[in-house]
Amino acid sequence: MAVKYWLRRFFSHLDLPLLGMLLVLLTLSAVIVYSASGGSDDKLAAHFMNMAVALGAMLVMAQVPPQRLMQVTLPIYVLGVLLLLGVAIHGDVVNGARRWLNLGVTRIQPSELMRLGVPLTLAWYLHRRQEVLAGRDFIVAGVLLMIPVGFILKQPDLGTGMLIAASGFYVLFLGGLSWRVLAGGAVALAAFLPVAWKYLLHDYQRQRVLTMLDPSSDPLGAGYHIIQATIAVGSGGLAGKGWMHGTQTHLDFLPEGSTDFIFAVFSEEFGLLGNLFLLALYSAIIWRGLVLASRASSLFGRLLAGSFVLTFFTYAFVNMGMVSGILPVVGVPLPLVSYGGTSMVTVLLGFGIVMSLASHTSLIKS
Amino acid sequence: MRRLPNAHEEFRRYRQRVLVAGIGAVLLFGVLLGRFIWLQVIQYGRYQTLAENNRIALVPAVPPRGTIYDRNGIVLASNISAHTLEITPSKVGNLDDTIKRLSAIVHIDASDRKRFERLRSESKKFESIPIRNRLTEEELARFAVNRYRFPGVEARARLLRQYPYGATLSHVIGYIGRINDKDLERLEESGQAANYKGTDYIGKLGIEKSYERWLHGRTGVERVEVDASGRAERKLSRTAPVAGDDIYLNLDAKMQQIAEAAFGSQRGALVALDPRNGAVLALVSEPGFDPNLFVDGIDPDSWKALNESPDHPLINRALRGVYPPGSTIKPFMALAGLQLGVRKPDEEISDPGYFSLPGSRHRYRDWKWGGHGMVDAKKAITVSCDTYFYGLANLMGIQPMHDFLVKFGFGEKTGIDLDGERSGLMPDPAWKEKRFHQPWWPGETVIAGIGQGYILATPLQLATATMAIANDGVIYKPTLLRAWRDTATGQIHYVAPQVLHDVKLKPEYLQLVRDAMVQVTHPGGTAVEAGRDAPYLFAGKTGTAQVVGVKQNERYDAKKLSLRNRDHALFISFAPADNPKIVVAVLVENGGHGGSTAAPIARKVIDYWLLGKLPGKETAHKASADSGDQEDSFPVDAPADAATQSIGAQQDGR
Repeated sequence: MAVKYWLRRFFSHLDLPLLGMLLVLLTLSAVIVYSASGGSDDKLAAHFMNMAVALGAMLVMAQVPPQRLMQVTLPIYVLGVLLLLGVAIHGDVVNGARRWLNLGVTRIQPSELMRLGVPLTLAWYLHRRQEVLAGRDFIVAGVLLMIPVGFILKQPDLGTGMLIAASGFYVLFLGGLSWRVLAGGAVALAAFLPVAWKYLLHDYQRQRVLTMLDPSSDPLGAGYHIIQATIAVGSGGLAGKGWMHGTQTHLDFLPEGSTDFIFAVFSEEFGLLGNLFLLALYSAIIWRGLVLASRASSLFGRLLAGSFVLTFFTYAFVNMGMVSGILPVVGVPLPLVSYGGTSMVTVLLGFGIVMSLASHTSLIKS
Repeated sequence: MRRLPNAHEEFRRYRQRVLVAGIGAVLLFGVLLGRFIWLQVIQYGRYQTLAENNRIALVPAVPPRGTIYDRNGIVLASNISAHTLEITPSKVGNLDDTIKRLSAIVHIDASDRKRFERLRSESKKFESIPIRNRLTEEELARFAVNRYRFPGVEARARLLRQYPYGATLSHVIGYIGRINDKDLERLEESGQAANYKGTDYIGKLGIEKSYERWLHGRTGVERVEVDASGRAERKLSRTAPVAGDDIYLNLDAKMQQIAEAAFGSQRGALVALDPRNGAVLALVSEPGFDPNLFVDGIDPDSWKALNESPDHPLINRALRGVYPPGSTIKPFMALAGLQLGVRKPDEEISDPGYFSLPGSRHRYRDWKWGGHGMVDAKKAITVSCDTYFYGLANLMGIQPMHDFLVKFGFGEKTGIDLDGERSGLMPDPAWKEKRFHQPWWPGETVIAGIGQGYILATPLQLATATMAIANDGVIYKPTLLRAWRDTATGQIHYVAPQVLHDVKLKPEYLQLVRDAMVQVTHPGGTAVEAGRDAPYLFAGKTGTAQVVGVKQNERYDAKKLSLRNRDHALFISFAPADNPKIVVAVLVENGGHGGSTAAPIARKVIDYWLLGKLPGKETAHKASADSGDQEDSFPVDAPADAATQSIGAQQDGR
């Protein structure tokens, strides 16, 4: 009896439609990773291991009540900022960027922590202020957002910094940032861009954007990735070349085929029909996620869940845009498809939180 | 109050915002869809042709690996061109059948098959994997004729690494092996992954690993036209690779061989250094293994045999084996006693054959039943009197002893240019408290005085510490690398000696210890056999390290103990004592007494270095292909009679 009760309680926090769609996406991911790695059983096994860990994290996270999340919000944020400060002072430099912090036992990339920490903190802050919410609060929230983002951009890690900034922005947007401010911000951003281009971007970052606009200007360097990826996508045609039969992939024209450029492999082998299916699957997951977000019983829950889902969309969009040549190359994996444990755990952890927020219906006292 | 209706209004606003975001997402996905349609439908023809014609492949041109030479220019590791037979599993239908048919043409034995299976499990399906290395001309011709029958099988010319000295130098040179995931990760992190495109091998051990960066070279690029199956058809342009730098070691291959032969079938280690600059002249760990086995990818059976052998051939004993230094610690203890003023040079103690702590009946026995009579510092070293050093250690105390001995590098890595060195152990009360949560007992100080108990050192550390006695307190970092030749510029860069420690020692105390160590190899000393007729001043100190403890009332009897429980034999030495040019430390596992097993090995090595004498021959000439520096260490400036004279004088003086 007791077992049955606990089982029911456990499953009551899972959203079966969302879980089902995520499993379909993960299955697809296994199929593509296997092809992209040239049929490596070891890699596939490692991929399954990552999935198992990430799914486990999601199932556990779905059980954690939102109150608990709110309790750990500030500690996570403070710890994250301190770690970022540590990185800025004496982090390890890898490939010219200072992103890793060596803790003696292990090395960590504190910006990963902030992927969860930033939306948590902003949602928590707006939730606390909801009764008296005023323009001032959005300014405070903006500062809370810009501190970690500033550190990360300084590392420099433009991709991660902008994506974290986006996740924070989504919280503010859903929290009711006034349209006037939004419009003003857009204008300011547009005006700011040329300045940033000239003074703030590093040479290699400028180069990436230029290369995106004209890949043929650098066909053996950074442009090579884009050209080959575009050829892969284009030559996939309507129905693709068939699983394990992508010539671009298997003749090694594609770099990083199982990680950031995995979408090129998929596109080449499954064609436009495959892409349609993938877009539909992503859309369905995002739609379901937004529905769940609206079901959350507190403002904190709605903002946090909504931000996660929109961030998930952003990752997918930026990655596919980059591979198909309409966005510059930034190191963003295709969520839940690319090979790699960290990203998979972070994303599924997020969906676990979304399920938790939607299913713990008792009202949170503010 | 506008709070109450607010919750509802707020929720409405949230829904509205979500709707806006959702529409935005749909629009952006729409943009993507448009892009896909553009690429995959409208421009399909163009990209399809591009993919079809995607025939310009960038093929890395792998640089030849640098050669490794010894100090005389003898080749220790080089590349040979050989043909390998390689299979690409993804292009072969039935693998077993193919291999079976192949073995009718070329010789493929069970170990080849096992190695192939292991490599296959580590590789991608479209990578070509060697099934046979080093094809003979005849086999190559036979395969060429039958090639049409074997799609997916190719004979390739490759540069294979070869180690002509095999097991003699395995622990120094190490070996290269196929790059695995871990290596790749390391390369990626250090930003070198691009330079390793096309490279299959990387230094895994020894010099091959330490100087990988120089040996590897810079990878070039070839733009080649490939056909639809990826086979290269025509070379379009080429950026030539830059070959790896050649490396010259301080090592003398001949001496290494002599030392190895001197060990016979015994296990152990030898380190020979030049005290004037820290050059490693020989570094032996017996038994060794054949590094050539690893180059082709070792087959599981050979690996198992090496890995599970009770002789542990894969362990480099010279720097990974830690042993109690035993009596070889005594010259250093004597220096400590004199330098710290615990005992005066001519102060004598009476040795009844044991030492007891005040108020205790426990007897710390001397190795000699009945003792050595009256003993001063010099005699204590010469006859290796335990009682003298038990008492000295007790008077000195463990902390001063520790603080003095660490100056010679005991308990810390020397920093030699080989991986995996261990630091040994120089204990003190703080260490024991941390390790065992126990206080230090006085008895532990007593046995530390004769190099027993917790104290552990590698043979390399013993040699390095001995440098201080030979070299007026200066210890150079032991270094294998002598020079490297930059392939790009052709310039040879020599490595400058690096001072590791400079121990301040009073010259007369140093002289006393040196004289005592010379006496060790003369009548009355513990290594008199090994020192017989040496035409130079041969300074040494024997040592014996217990493997099993001997009970209070028992006597050590080698015959009663099984072979593996017998004592380890140790010997540290330098010569000529009046102008030291070589330091040698020897360890023979289960060798019994240092004077009879370890010292003769050191003697042979020193004879060769100072006299050019090869074992078994009266006189011989060392093949000298090297520069003036070499000459420098040649002249025998301590001729036989001069040596005897000076020793006679010392004996008179006593």
